[in-house]
Amino acid sequence: MNSNSFDLVVAGGGQAGLIAAIVAAEAGCSVCLLEGAPLEYRGGNTRHTRNLRPMHKGPLSVLSGTYDEEEYFDDLLRVTKGKTNEPLARMMLQRSQTSVQWLEQRGVQFQPPLGGTLHLGRTNAFFLGGGKQLVNALFRHAESLGVEVHYNAMVDKLDFDGDRFRAAWVGDLCFSGKTFVAAAGGFEANLDWLRESWGDVVDNFLIRGTPYNTGGLLKLMLEQNFQSVGTADQCHAVAIDGRAPKFDGGICTRVDCVSLGIVVNENAERFYDEGEDFWPKRYAIWGRLVAKQPNQVGHVIIDQKAIGKFMPPVFPPEKANTIEELAEKIGLDSKVLAKTVSDYNAAIGPGEFDHTELDGLATDGLAVNKTNWARSIATPPFYAYTLKPGITFTYLGVKIDAQGRVLTQNGQPSPNTFAAGEIMAGNVLGEGYLAGIGMTIGNVFGQIAGEEAARYALNR
Amino acid sequence: MRSTANVNEGARLMAICNACRYCEGHCAVFQAMELRLEFNSDNLDYLANLCHNCGSCYHHCQYAPPHEFKLNVPGVFADLRKESYGQYAWPKPMGKLYNKNGLWVSIIASVVIALALALTALGSGADFWGVHEQEFYGVLSHNAMVSVFGTVSLFVLLALGLSMRNFWRAMNLPAPWDLDWRSVRTGVKNALSLKYLDGGNGQGCAYPTEAPSHIRRVFHQLTFWGFMLCFASTSTATVMHYGLDLPAPYGYVSLPKLFGILGGFGLILGPLGLLWIKRKADRNTRGEQNQGMDITFLWLLLATSVTGLGLMLLADTQWVGLTLSVHLGVVMTLFLTMPYGKFIHGFYRLIALVAFAMEQEEHQARVGVEQIPIKNVG
Ligand SMILES: Cc1cc2nc3c(=O)[nH]c(=O)nc-3n(C[C@H](O)[C@H](O)[C@H](O)COP(=O)(O)OP(=O)(O)OC[C@H]3O[C@@H](n4cnc5c(N)ncnc54)[C@H](O)[C@@H]3O)c2cc1C
Ligand code: SF4
Ligand code: SF4
Repeated sequence: MNSNSFDLVVAGGGQAGLIAAIVAAEAGCSVCLLEGAPLEYRGGNTRHTRNLRPMHKGPLSVLSGTYDEEEYFDDLLRVTKGKTNEPLARMMLQRSQTSVQWLEQRGVQFQPPLGGTLHLGRTNAFFLGGGKQLVNALFRHAESLGVEVHYNAMVDKLDFDGDRFRAAWVGDLCFSGKTFVAAAGGFEANLDWLRESWGDVVDNFLIRGTPYNTGGLLKLMLEQNFQSVGTADQCHAVAIDGRAPKFDGGICTRVDCVSLGIVVNENAERFYDEGEDFWPKRYAIWGRLVAKQPNQVGHVIIDQKAIGKFMPPVFPPEKANTIEELAEKIGLDSKVLAKTVSDYNAAIGPGEFDHTELDGLATDGLAVNKTNWARSIATPPFYAYTLKPGITFTYLGVKIDAQGRVLTQNGQPSPNTFAAGEIMAGNVLGEGYLAGIGMTIGNVFGQIAGEEAARYALNR
Repeated sequence: MRSTANVNEGARLMAICNACRYCEGHCAVFQAMELRLEFNSDNLDYLANLCHNCGSCYHHCQYAPPHEFKLNVPGVFADLRKESYGQYAWPKPMGKLYNKNGLWVSIIASVVIALALALTALGSGADFWGVHEQEFYGVLSHNAMVSVFGTVSLFVLLALGLSMRNFWRAMNLPAPWDLDWRSVRTGVKNALSLKYLDGGNGQGCAYPTEAPSHIRRVFHQLTFWGFMLCFASTSTATVMHYGLDLPAPYGYVSLPKLFGILGGFGLILGPLGLLWIKRKADRNTRGEQNQGMDITFLWLLLATSVTGLGLMLLADTQWVGLTLSVHLGVVMTLFLTMPYGKFIHGFYRLIALVAFAMEQEEHQARVGVEQIPIKNVG
């Protein structure tokens, strides 16, 4: 048996865990960071991210304009349908104002506006080169502060004295600590756990992020009888290209042409309004929609008019000169698909197509109408992309207080155990999603966990 | 258009990058990519020649090996770039010299240096080991030197020019006199300042390690300007000799010597530095088919400056004959291999950057598209 003792032990090497480790190390703590993945895959889902959403009054680094607390909180209320802890959420928004600067000071780089062609973003600050650049910079910084990093270090056992953390175990290695930060993400890569709520349809789910977020730590925390937030059947799911890898396909597997065409299931029938709202506001419902279709498959069908009008998908589409031929290529009944398309075409009402606004160009009289951008699918060649549900993250987590401490069943916080990032995101984000809020949560609560852990460990 | 393994691999990578676009802030490659939906050998040659092999997009890629997507833009583009050098070389069969380039250049160097030694030794007879009043012109007459180099230069210029013309055409650029000069200026500026070794935000690129650094830019500038100063030294000497009737040797406070000394130091520090960081850099970013092209070129540059400075120091000793022969052999090799070695990269990079500036100005792809849509220059 090997034994090491630290002021702080952190489980999870994504943004949340790294930040907690750095903050505590900067305060003078001895810190050990246990990352479940090997070095090449370190950084969890953070490795796949693109941006962060800080609140700001006036221009901030690469961000223009103002994105104040009221607007931000309204956005949050809207997407969560009120399922948020308001005081916690407002504190987070306030503190997110310093997130960009905090990261910049530790070597993380943000993307400046490109050659005047793209104007500055207002709500989202993009990482130059993506989340892996952030991960690399934070690991470099953590190591320069003397944080002891272990890879391939999946925590599989926790030692508690009542609600007080004593040690984390990785196989037969023991890491004892005065404090503990749980930052090991959700359980989206654990198919068996997903199966418990979703059934065998999970065999057709694709996991967009790291295969290492298997929720082992979350399970240990819940077994320790800490309070949970959210339910196990909630997950953020996007319709992605069905040819994407089972795990780790990341951002590039998205297919962004739903609003430009129609989507049919394996019976060659439409099942939802493709033009309900702008795609960025709707992409996150399509994972669930497709998950409810037979064999969890959807096919988006567009014609020549749509080519070049959306982000190019990573895999080439099936292509054919007639709808019937296309149907055969993607394994659908050609008669039914031809009828679905011609019914759709015939139901299109008057109006001008304009993809930059809710143009009201709609179908009328169909069982499922398309309420915007209902342009005909009539100009060959025709193209099809096959969609499957891609799981981004799960919502089930542990409940925390304003100091980031996890709560026991009687509502008392553990004195020395904290949670940050995806594993506690459900406290703020009860459902829905707002682009960039995942990283904002990890950033702010990572800092809080690091500060409070240091305060406790150093007796301040 | 060709369809080689490198082209196919480049197209596979660009399809992934074009769907991801996280690296769009790093360099011109990704901004040029975003103007396109399809990738073929023409636009991949273009993108590959825009790439400075800075490593940023490799170290920051979530799909880098061992991920099953095996994303390695700098490595694949290095191979593709080399393939493109062979592709556009004039005369065409000489393009084969880009296979096993390191070996070829080394063989040529050995032969040429040996020849230079033999010829000067034969030509000067006993004088080879002598100390000469006119320093090195005592060993080899200026006219002999000029006629050999003149002939070679003419051929090299022709080969360089026609290779560049091939590349120029593939880049779908109009005749030089129809160029939009604003874009040319931007392209030249970006090439000379090595803009795309700045990481995209001025903090430096991920070379040799993932941490942002300016070291590559510094060593490359030392090499480039060192080379230019050495070139200036030779040129001013030629002008002084013929135009002003002031034959060598020149004193230490003369233009040829000042340029030569300054340039020589740049051309020693620069290549040494580049060789050093190349050793430190991640092997994957080098590609698999370089076969010594980069390294031999750097050694050749280093040998040029070392022997040149050596000649300056030893000109009034009995070693002048030997040093001169070796120096001339090295310079002759550098000259001869200009159209068939790494040297060409500067020209293609410049042309690609000009094409890029034009595309950005027009917001439209120009390279590797079937038709060029009417441009709207305002
Ligand atoms: C494709 C994709 C794109 C996304 N894009 C964005 C975006 O642009 N903006 C945004 O805000 N959010 C985005 N998200 C969400 C975002 O990734 C998360 O909100 C955020 O990364 C969570 O950070 P974290 O540190 O809590 O978890 P992670 O970054 O997932 O890190 C968890 C770490 O814990 C480790 N681990 C797991 N179990 C154990 C264990 N038992 N012991 C030790 N270590 C363990 C894992 O290896 C992993 O490194 C995206 C998600 C995906 C999948
Ligand atoms: S190199 Fe990787 S991170 Fe960069 S754009 Fe390509 S796929 Fe995306
Ligand atoms: S290696 Fe550097 S220059 Fe080349 S494509 Fe990547 S970021 Fe651009």
